[in-house]
Amino acid sequence: MTEPLLVFDLLLAGVVVAVAALTLLVRDAFAMIVAFVVFGIFVAIAFVRLAAPDVALAEAAIGTGVTGALMLRALAHLRGGSLSGKDPAPLSGPTRATTLGIDGTLAVCVTVALGIAFFGAPQAGPGIEAEVAAALPQSGVAHPVTAVLLNFRSYDTLMEIVVLLAAVIVVWQVDRGLSGASDPLTGEVYQGFARVILPVAVTVGGYLLWIGAAAPGGAFQAGAVLAAVAVLVLLSRLYTPAAAHRHLIRATFVAGTVVFAAVALGVAGAGRTAFEYPPGHAKSLILLIESALTISIAVTLGALFHGREPASPLRKETR
Amino acid sequence: MTEMTPAMIHGLAGIAVFGIGLMGALAATDRLRRLVALKLCAVGAGFVLVAAAWRTPPAAPDPVPHALVITGIVVMISAAAVALAIIRRLHSLEAETDE
Amino acid sequence: MLDMLGIVLMGLGTAFFVAGTVGLLRFPDVYCRLHALTKADGMGLALICLGAACTADAWGEAVRILLIWVFVALSGATAGHLIARHARRAGTPMQEGRQ
Repeated sequence: MTEPLLVFDLLLAGVVVAVAALTLLVRDAFAMIVAFVVFGIFVAIAFVRLAAPDVALAEAAIGTGVTGALMLRALAHLRGGSLSGKDPAPLSGPTRATTLGIDGTLAVCVTVALGIAFFGAPQAGPGIEAEVAAALPQSGVAHPVTAVLLNFRSYDTLMEIVVLLAAVIVVWQVDRGLSGASDPLTGEVYQGFARVILPVAVTVGGYLLWIGAAAPGGAFQAGAVLAAVAVLVLLSRLYTPAAAHRHLIRATFVAGTVVFAAVALGVAGAGRTAFEYPPGHAKSLILLIESALTISIAVTLGALFHGREPASPLRKETR
Repeated sequence: MTEMTPAMIHGLAGIAVFGIGLMGALAATDRLRRLVALKLCAVGAGFVLVAAAWRTPPAAPDPVPHALVITGIVVMISAAAVALAIIRRLHSLEAETDE
Repeated sequence: MLDMLGIVLMGLGTAFFVAGTVGLLRFPDVYCRLHALTKADGMGLALICLGAACTADAWGEAVRILLIWVFVALSGATAGHLIARHARRAGTPMQEGRQ
């Protein structure tokens, strides 16, 4: 049986691997990041082909979009404020052939082990989707991935938000004393674009959050779209982070974690353990958690893009 | 060899991307490139997980690996942001010592 | 009938994409390449979106596809403008009149 879509899959997989190799082979660091973003978009299409639209959305928005923005920002820093400058010198000279040989052997061994694990496992065999489908009516939402993320495995998701919170704390600490990068000059066309796209992006973010209960979408995708709003606002200078807003920003960072943990612990008691939402209120509780998570994720990703903590005017001279 | 499925094709691509990323991370000479290589590794691993969750239509795929990969994507951007901050900091410290 | 129309429109759109890609590969400087990409791909995307909207099952779906076209066209135009502006500020030379 030769399906035309299988040919498409073969082409797509070939392109994904080729762009991955190109990403690492291209010399210029700017071209490397651009190739990485292109790679991410192709991966997102492949995820759609694998019937994983949630993962595709998350990969395109967070794994590619926001990550690419972070990388370009860091590159502008390294090149002294502009993307078209020269690269810093490499850390060391060319690696010796023996080292490369050992590296290559090691990489091939690990990759082959992964291949054996993948093809040794039963192909398309039953996983635990039957259990998920059986428990879905009690989860409060109709979309299995959201049910897994926010109900069945919500402990993991809580920890994930804590990781994001830890990251922004570390970035603020490490960046303390770094001079801020000058924002790229964007011009009137960009300003106009930002004004048109902002309300739309906010609407899309809200839609993704709401639809997550029944269809692909949810807090992470919505948070990433709203983070794009934050990046737009920062780049178009519609908002400049001020020192006076630090408390509000910090409160938003922890809001997601606090609401999530409070709900998780709050439902405990009367024969229930933590994270065991009462079935009657599960949907409202999940939406409450997801709303807090979305805002937290959006502000945290925006802050990661901005980098430095907005400093008070007094400490501005210290480099 | 059984019949070719999208899961097998993309699973193989994921394994290849993982290998490319691992080799790149080991052989890279500058920090930014090493970080990008590690990101490729992470994406390749996610690819393999999503491919393993695929079921022959009309059966729906297993949602648990999907949730795991979404978690992984968010954890990876946190790690990347911290790595980028450290790279920037190291760069500015090196520039100071050079002066 | 509508399906046939959709397929024809999408085929036409693909031709425009091919033209844009040839321009990207063959034109001498960054401004000409941008011109080829933004114009030809904008038209190609419009035709493909129109074709996809023709084959959509429901009205809501068609409207969403057309919205996608509007926003991709908007952001594509803005991105093209930003790249050209940046290239001009960085002093990227224009190719002198060539045969």
